[in-house]
Amino acid sequence: MNTHYPIKQVMDKEGRIVDSSYESLINEQLVKDLYYHMYRIRTFDRKAISLQRQGRLGTYAPFEGQEAAQVGSAMALQPADWMFPTYRDHGAKLTFGADMAGTFLYWNGRVEGCVPPEGRNIFPPAVPIATQLPHAAGAAWAERRKGTKNASIAYFGDGATSEGDFHEGMNFASVFKAPVVFFNQNNRYAISVPIEKQMNSETIAQKAVAYGMPGVRIDGNDCLIVYFEVMKALEEARKGQGPTLIEAVTWRTGAHTTADDPTKYRPADQGKDIVDPLLRMERFMKNNGYWDEAWVQETAERITAEIEKAVEDMESYPTPNVEDLFDYVFAEMPAQLAEQKQSYLTHLRGNQ
Amino acid sequence: MAMEMRDLPKKETKDQMLTIVQAVNDGMRTLLETDDRIMLLGEDIGKNGGVFRATEGLQEVFGADRVVDTPLSEAGIIGASVGLAVNGFKPIAEIQFLGFIYPAYEQVMTHVSRLRMRTMGRYTVPMVIRAPYGAGVRAPEIHSDSVEALFTHMPGIKVVCPSTPYDAKGLLIAAAEDPDPVLMLEPMRSYRAKREEVPSGRYTVEIGKGKRVKEGTDITLIAWGAMMPVVEKAAEQAEKSGISCDVIDLRTLYPLDRDLIAESVQKTGRAVIVHEAHFTGGLGNDIVSMINDTSFLYLRAPIERVTGFDVPVPFFALEEHFLPTPARVVQAIEKAVHF
Repeated sequence: MNTHYPIKQVMDKEGRIVDSSYESLINEQLVKDLYYHMYRIRTFDRKAISLQRQGRLGTYAPFEGQEAAQVGSAMALQPADWMFPTYRDHGAKLTFGADMAGTFLYWNGRVEGCVPPEGRNIFPPAVPIATQLPHAAGAAWAERRKGTKNASIAYFGDGATSEGDFHEGMNFASVFKAPVVFFNQNNRYAISVPIEKQMNSETIAQKAVAYGMPGVRIDGNDCLIVYFEVMKALEEARKGQGPTLIEAVTWRTGAHTTADDPTKYRPADQGKDIVDPLLRMERFMKNNGYWDEAWVQETAERITAEIEKAVEDMESYPTPNVEDLFDYVFAEMPAQLAEQKQSYLTHLRGNQ
Repeated sequence: MAMEMRDLPKKETKDQMLTIVQAVNDGMRTLLETDDRIMLLGEDIGKNGGVFRATEGLQEVFGADRVVDTPLSEAGIIGASVGLAVNGFKPIAEIQFLGFIYPAYEQVMTHVSRLRMRTMGRYTVPMVIRAPYGAGVRAPEIHSDSVEALFTHMPGIKVVCPSTPYDAKGLLIAAAEDPDPVLMLEPMRSYRAKREEVPSGRYTVEIGKGKRVKEGTDITLIAWGAMMPVVEKAAEQAEKSGISCDVIDLRTLYPLDRDLIAESVQKTGRAVIVHEAHFTGGLGNDIVSMINDTSFLYLRAPIERVTGFDVPVPFFALEEHFLPTPARVVQAIEKAVHF
């Protein structure tokens, strides 16, 4: 199956072009945009880990190593498309336009962090595994019914392919020709379980065959191939050709979450041969004359300032409102719930 | 392979000081050592030793055929366990967090719980499902559900919920010995809260039996699992105002220990039931009905319930407002006593 689904790349580890199919579409602005977003979300990710270690953030799921997959895919979207991320895809969310302070808030146990910005359709991160695939199928089906050209992208990991919802979502999208890109980030571990114990199939891309949709396997650490292949799948979807499954092969550099210790289950030397996606893009830029030290420096400073500001905003955010516990369960609060709310607020006042 | 339950090793059992999660680990180790039919299944339970370390070290000793890292598939874990259980094995399946059991809910509701009935006893499902439950540890969303009532409602599966290390090991072994499926809910907030003496080797705590943890005369407090420390603290506070509390740790949520509840309420004439699950459809309502059936004429005040509210378990920034607190329990105690 590996031979049926070879890993597609634009660039090799040294940042040299190995497949010129998309060469005419590569330009300085695109490359700089991709690099900018990768650098931005990596800085965010490292800041979040550091905040967690200082007790300023709750348990956090880092994505370092997966920046090319998340940025390339999110950059390919149009503003009216739908994004269905998991708890590890806040890099993609930030690239697509999610609020940064809100993203920090989410990891601080604040529901406010789930609210998408005006004008963007971003679902709250799927915490249960694979449950977002049928949602993506449904939202895309709705776009098709409404006659728009908008599409959905569903993010999920290698472990998600073992859940029933993966298969049900793929099947629905395919049966109803819903414009969905099923974007798999195969980082080779579902918490501690390596892919060879997760499935007996050699690739994830081949699972597309069962649902009669195209399956593509790409180098998820090559931001350009991710961008172009997701763009291509989205274009097919918008034309009414239905869904595509993309397997982006990548690597989670760090732990599953800040509560996890990967040294318990990953051999120390595993992943050492993987070239960091940002370094690959840097090499590509240098090879092609797009690397501009002054721009890189200025970008880094701008991003650091943006992140510091977002941390400040998160930490100066109003304290959680107890009434929020009750107010968003129904459009109209049932009388018994209103009584529970009233009685608890009275209790709180009595204890002050 | 000959599969049988071996007799207990006839060595002196030594007590050990263990936390709840260590006692669960010791219980599974004891079962694996003494019963060849036992298999553990779950996500990350093997090489990683479980996300809470409940299965730490077990795969190294008992091998990957008996302590199995499964694919990420709760329906697969429970569904395959049904097949293993009807065919000679005794699966102990771990669901990583109770809030992730829902993909397996169909298996529990339509097969685990009723295969015995559907085959008039020809096929039975002697398996254990273990799941950490509850809020209060600042976990990410969905990790904090407390939905025992979804399972106590379904006939055919027993539900236990220990609050101490001793009971955790004893109930786990009793669950594994039970001819029917048992769901064991483990209070993750109490996993490492305290240590107590736990005998090594095999012993059981009878399923269906609660335990009086404090003797009192004025009011009965009924709780289980992670709410026990809350209720015990409330009882201490109430004592200061001269209210004597009879405190019951139910330990088994289905079938309920009706005799213990009735005996206590008939003595005190008052009761407060505390659970962190939502109010509507919560197990507290069944306990109220049971008291109504057994002890109506003994009651001196309406029965109080202190529970999680009828809202989804919130993100952790608000979870302290969702969970019953000693102050809320004391308020309910006073309300009942001064009725």
